[in-house]
Amino acid sequence: MAMNYPVRQRSFKPPKDLAEYPVGIAFPAGHLVETNASWRSHRPVLDAGKCTNCRICWLLCPDGVIHTSKPGGLEIDYDYCKGCGICAKECRQKAIRMENEAL
Amino acid sequence: MMPAQKVFLSGNEAVAAGVRLARPHVIAAYPITPQTTVIERLAEMVEDESLKAEYLHVESEHSALSACIGASAVGARTFTATSSQGLLYMAECLHYASGGRFPVVMMNANRSLALPWNIYGDQRDSLSLLDCGWIQVYAEDAQESLDLIIQAYAIAEHPDVLTPMMINLDGFVITHTYELVSLPSQEDVDAFLPPFLTTNKMDLDHPMSLAFTAGPAYNQAFKQLQHQAVVSASKIICEVEERFGQRFGRNYPGLLETLYCEDAEFILVTLGSVAGTVRPVVEKLRSLGERVGLVRIRYMRPFPDTEIRNALAGAKAVGVLEKDISFGYEGTVFTNVNSALMRAKVQPPRLLNFVGGLGGKDISAEDIEQLFLRLKRPDDGETVVFI
Amino acid sequence: MVKPLYLSEKKISIRELSDREFFYGHKACPGCGGSLALRLALKVFGERSYAVVPAGCMSAVGFIFPQMAFTCNAIISTFPGTASMLSGVAAGARALGIKDFHAVGFAGDGGTADIGLQALSGAIDRHDKIIYICYDNEAYMNTGVQKSGLTPIGARTTTSPAGKRLKGALTQKKPMFEIVAAHGVDYAATATVGNPLDYLRKLDHASKVDGTSYIHVFAPCPVGWGYDTADTIAVAKNAVDCGLWYLAEFSDGKFTLNHKPEEFASAENYLLGQSRFRHLGEEDVKDILAERDAKWSRILKEWSV
Repeated sequence: MAMNYPVRQRSFKPPKDLAEYPVGIAFPAGHLVETNASWRSHRPVLDAGKCTNCRICWLLCPDGVIHTSKPGGLEIDYDYCKGCGICAKECRQKAIRMENEAL
Repeated sequence: MMPAQKVFLSGNEAVAAGVRLARPHVIAAYPITPQTTVIERLAEMVEDESLKAEYLHVESEHSALSACIGASAVGARTFTATSSQGLLYMAECLHYASGGRFPVVMMNANRSLALPWNIYGDQRDSLSLLDCGWIQVYAEDAQESLDLIIQAYAIAEHPDVLTPMMINLDGFVITHTYELVSLPSQEDVDAFLPPFLTTNKMDLDHPMSLAFTAGPAYNQAFKQLQHQAVVSASKIICEVEERFGQRFGRNYPGLLETLYCEDAEFILVTLGSVAGTVRPVVEKLRSLGERVGLVRIRYMRPFPDTEIRNALAGAKAVGVLEKDISFGYEGTVFTNVNSALMRAKVQPPRLLNFVGGLGGKDISAEDIEQLFLRLKRPDDGETVVFI
Repeated sequence: MVKPLYLSEKKISIRELSDREFFYGHKACPGCGGSLALRLALKVFGERSYAVVPAGCMSAVGFIFPQMAFTCNAIISTFPGTASMLSGVAAGARALGIKDFHAVGFAGDGGTADIGLQALSGAIDRHDKIIYICYDNEAYMNTGVQKSGLTPIGARTTTSPAGKRLKGALTQKKPMFEIVAAHGVDYAATATVGNPLDYLRKLDHASKVDGTSYIHVFAPCPVGWGYDTADTIAVAKNAVDCGLWYLAEFSDGKFTLNHKPEEFASAENYLLGQSRFRHLGEEDVKDILAERDAKWSRILKEWSV
């Protein structure tokens, strides 16, 4: 896998004929067709100025959506963030705030 | 073909000998009478290294099959054995293995299901589980048992099949009775049986998700594919038997075996070792001019639908003799045979269901003669007859 | 400050941990402690892992065709069969000559202490080379919060309701850590998602054990326990701080307590901060504290501290 985490397969077509189904109850790992973004009511927003890159938020996200891919920084995969708020709560620098997405 | 050894073996020992020849990677089993001597012989073979396999002392039958499924899921060839209570204890896993398309091979010592408690042979255990998706075959003797083990891996692991297979031996009558058995050579079995190769497995080079959830939109398709695989096994079974005959010199007749059915008026249909009691009675009655015949069903799944119709179509009356009853209705073998005959193009024969041998109750040659006499009598309205 | 005592000298730092995600895009509830426990474990064990996950929360959210959230090899086992399937996976891979792999199971508290206990007992008895992780959210959460053998006394669940007559679960948690230790398991540890560095260290230790490892990780569940989703880490840490959970290891017949709080934080705050305990009265909390104190005096007397 080129990236450290899977991304949504936009080109996936659900099987129609029996011949399109896998043999056995077996399918390639890391295959995502849906996002979880719609679960959120609040989204975490990172203030890069306050962030010390300690990586506690990266460590403690149950969904693993905080990534260290940006050079020297962190970014959030909003396709799969559920807005639980753990990152904002655990950040020692208070560098993450939860914004109400409905507004 | 290498010259075969002739050895005096019990049915269970013949199964163990066949398993050693098939070279499974993992054996996981739990002891239950009358299966025990299979796994005891296998343990001795692992100890003296004549069989190189991982042997797991599991703490229940559910764990035995669960471990086999785990091993199969990484691409290993597996074997387990059980009987009655144990077979039922692993019932959840039977569906799991067949639904997951894991070609586990299992020997089942047919034994009566409690209650009452009884360790002797009848066929209620496996017949009550016909719907679980496994290929089911019923052996008549030790030689057939050994041969079926070797054939089973070739059938179950075939890419068009990928279905687990259950080989049934009548408890004590086959499992513990000794016969002269022809033991194939390892070289011949290695040539006959290819290594187990499958894409249906976890693979460190191509990570997979196995045994997943499929909701209402997708589930039925997986089940239909599973059904088709068992149906297509009929063809594969015949191909494997053909190859087996060429390699080892013993020919098997496919999903069922017939004796004198071409012109028989009165036919007994049965499974397993009791066919050995019916055979001499048929020969005796034939010598007295009676047009009688025998059908020994070998495979109950896939069911020999066409073959049953062909064998029984011309008969006047047919008795299905089975060691099983589906309480409240009729024997399961009878239900399956009856269903096949419903689609006969000619008037099907009158069918009687003889239920006997439960809990190891003896069935003698005299009893069989009485059954043929019963078939000759006019219809008295009874279908299910306990003998 | 009491220095923590560990079986392994090796600490794991956050920066050492793999950037790869092995459990991603799953459908677990927001703030799920169990999914964090699983995610961190796979980062330690890496891509050469075969994950076995029984019926329960983690399998229900990770393998819904065609959405497969595990990026390493993974398989769902039957509910009772986690440990037996793990034994089979390990034996099969060994027989096939596959080397340098981990067979790791992730079962819930119900799948471990109740329906899965027999198979776990057998696997430990065989010393099969597997890693068994119990993520303990203290009830059958996947089926809607029913009482399990690891539901703590007094907790409200749907099958142990808190009403006028009965006040939630009536029995103590089964001592799973001690049960596996009594089997002579090769390595066992308790952990929480609120003490992540401690958990990572134990995962790393387990990855090197030539035998059966068992890690019992306390994994709070916001839905079943009744607290805000953002508080999962804090709730887990509080359980350790107030002494209702302890961090310990077992190996070679000896128990080692990793962390001894100098003074317990308020257990009352811990309990009444979760709606599953909010019905408890003063007497109920006293009973819970008495049981905690009795347990701790046994620990301090008998374990290496």
